[in-house]
Amino acid sequence: MSKQATFPEGGVHPSDFKSFTSGIPIRNAPIPALAVIPMQQHMGKPAQCVVSKDDLVREGMLIGRAQGVFSANIHSPIPGVVKEIREIYLPAGIRSEAVAIELQGEFDRSGKDEPRLEWQRISGSDLLKSLADKGIVGLGGATFPTVLKYTIREGFQVEYFVVNGVECEPFLTADHRIMLEKPLEILEGIRIVQQIMKPRQIIIGIEENKPDAIAVMRENIVRAGLDFKVIALKMKYPQGDEKQLLKAVIDKEVPSGGLPLDIGAVVSNVGTMQAIYEAVVLDKPLIERVVTVSGSIIRNPANLKARLGTPLSELIEECGGFTEPPAKLIAGGPMMGFAVLDPDTPVTKGLSGVIALSRRQVRSPSQTPCIGCGRCVKACPMGLQPTVVYKWIEHGEYEEALKEGLMDCKECGCCGYSCPARIPLIQGMKLGKVMSRKNKQA
Amino acid sequence: MEKNDNLLITVSPHLHSGSSTAGIMTAVILVLLPAGAWGVYIFGAYSLVVILAAVLASVLTELIINRLLGTFTLNDGSAVLTGLLVGYNMPPSIPIYIPVVASIFAIAVVKHTFGGLGRNWMNPALAGRVFVMFSWTGPMTTWLVPKTWGLADAVTGASPLGFVKAGLLNLQSGTVAGPATFLASKGYPVTGLDTAVTGWINGHLLEPIGTTLANGYVDLFAGNIPGCIGEVSALLLILGSVFLFFKKIITWEIPLTYLASFSLLIWIFGGLPFGNGFFKGNILFNLFAGGLILGALFMATDMVTSPVTSRGMIIFGVGAGFLTFLIRTYGSFPEGISLAIIIMNMFVPLIDRLTKPVKFGLVRESKA
Repeated sequence: MSKQATFPEGGVHPSDFKSFTSGIPIRNAPIPALAVIPMQQHMGKPAQCVVSKDDLVREGMLIGRAQGVFSANIHSPIPGVVKEIREIYLPAGIRSEAVAIELQGEFDRSGKDEPRLEWQRISGSDLLKSLADKGIVGLGGATFPTVLKYTIREGFQVEYFVVNGVECEPFLTADHRIMLEKPLEILEGIRIVQQIMKPRQIIIGIEENKPDAIAVMRENIVRAGLDFKVIALKMKYPQGDEKQLLKAVIDKEVPSGGLPLDIGAVVSNVGTMQAIYEAVVLDKPLIERVVTVSGSIIRNPANLKARLGTPLSELIEECGGFTEPPAKLIAGGPMMGFAVLDPDTPVTKGLSGVIALSRRQVRSPSQTPCIGCGRCVKACPMGLQPTVVYKWIEHGEYEEALKEGLMDCKECGCCGYSCPARIPLIQGMKLGKVMSRKNKQA
Repeated sequence: MEKNDNLLITVSPHLHSGSSTAGIMTAVILVLLPAGAWGVYIFGAYSLVVILAAVLASVLTELIINRLLGTFTLNDGSAVLTGLLVGYNMPPSIPIYIPVVASIFAIAVVKHTFGGLGRNWMNPALAGRVFVMFSWTGPMTTWLVPKTWGLADAVTGASPLGFVKAGLLNLQSGTVAGPATFLASKGYPVTGLDTAVTGWINGHLLEPIGTTLANGYVDLFAGNIPGCIGEVSALLLILGSVFLFFKKIITWEIPLTYLASFSLLIWIFGGLPFGNGFFKGNILFNLFAGGLILGALFMATDMVTSPVTSRGMIIFGVGAGFLTFLIRTYGSFPEGISLAIIIMNMFVPLIDRLTKPVKFGLVRESKA
């Protein structure tokens, strides 16, 4: 393939700001003295809290049980004692019950010899059960329960399993570093998934701004004698979205309102593959993840492997703090992440990064009316007319907004990024979705 | 870590491309300046007064309306741009109240009665021009001869298009090769610059490939002709637009399809009024002899009053090209750009409705 693949319609090209951290190896974040672990860290129902105040918990012990299949287990990231169970606000604006655990006692796992499970003889359904036990969810940001994603109905043949190493959000390099440092663990994770779903083809998609990761993955695939394909993708945001990624690598469109499975595909993040490796091979629940701490005002930006429940402020301190007071803290990437009010917000399963922006970086000219430039229309990867949808929402005409494809919007932010009138298009989309759901219930 | 109560909370995205409404308006204003300066140079200082009067009237009208509505929108830059374009679309010897009225009409009636910037459904500057065109047709079609012709000051003369149009009315029988030949045969002035440059082009570029360029075209292209203050120099307008193309403030769709469809129609039918057959039209003459370049690059591309999708823009451009051809060739005015564009402006909502982008994930569904 001479011309590099990408999705054809829409998308934007923000500066990637990845050089802050792309060359810095992942290191462990300090263990928090107090970890606050929300029961809602995934898409779906919150986990049911199974500990109470003053309980002693061990590292990796179950503290929240999945409520049904559209939910996920949650484990204690540290040994300690439950100080309290309270409600906290998460960056996305949702309220969640959270367990505050004070560090105490001994680590059962960390620093000890790790077991190694020979999973090759275990059946797919037992492997799935083990993923459910370990609380695995998609680590790319959407936190879809992995078990649910990999539970394929009887007789259905999965054509493609696409592993997402795109990491198209600016600043973030967590997946990049995982690919460089843990390629064998990723490949083993993929083989576990292969055993579960038996897809016909396995494709790893990586954007061309990570040539080293592309080379490392290709090398290790060849050395291991696997038939996985690595596709180098032309840089374009939001290629890391599964719909755009599938369009880019297999040239098929997920139908409006549908799932990748409708076109025979399943997509998972590279970080999830490594978590699956740890869950199955090392028998380790999902209690930590790699978080990129970056921004021009972070003294020493880094990729940290942080325990869930660690306050963001402690990650920033580990990176030397700020060089000037931050104007905005973002949980996640700058295109889709959430502005954080409380710097002590805990690390959760879906948190890919913490980005600090300076006053200068958040300055913005004032909003003007839409001047009809059409840039949002050109930028929208879903083929919507964001300005039109927004105008309907602004007028409270949610039915019309729905007809214009409001529900196809995944809030990637391309429209808002491009809008010279600085109209808060994504804010409108989010509001429109909430309001039209409310109207439906009424 | 100490608590920070000053953290800004906004909805994503937290990065921006950096574009802004004021930035776009400023860029368009800046790249228009050289063409205006040329107009002032060849038509004299009074034409600068005309431009300034138009801008001032536009800005003051905006301010007064802002005051009445309790808003402030002058900083979006659009009022200055509208005023500038009104000024550019005026003949150089126009009585001062005419551009003032045009600007007031543009801002107060065309723009603000529909809700201000972004809500107007016609290009304000063009609507203002058309309003005064029909109100004061005489002064609006009186042209000053450029100083570069070396005639006495304040001599009026016909614009090339007007001259040809008037000449054709007298052409009862027989044929003329085309507009350029017609002008030459009637002794329409050609500057020394034109002769020199044309000579060089013929000697070095065209004669080796077996063709020649007649005198007069360089004057048309460079703007050594009577016309509106800001429209005469196709050369400087095109140079200015390069920056806007580069910054994607204007995209290829409207200018290209406008000029291409117009050229095609002129080529096919443009020879007929001269008593010639089909495919005898003079494209070069028609592209550069009037306000087409200003219109196609800077007026038809007005974001507010043009379609949002590529396909829509192409329809818009082709429509404007067709109407311009129609009005110029068969209408009673020698020019047709303003009318063509504002007529197409009216079709924009319809075009937008017909050219919605195809939603992701619907292609496959319809095939299934």
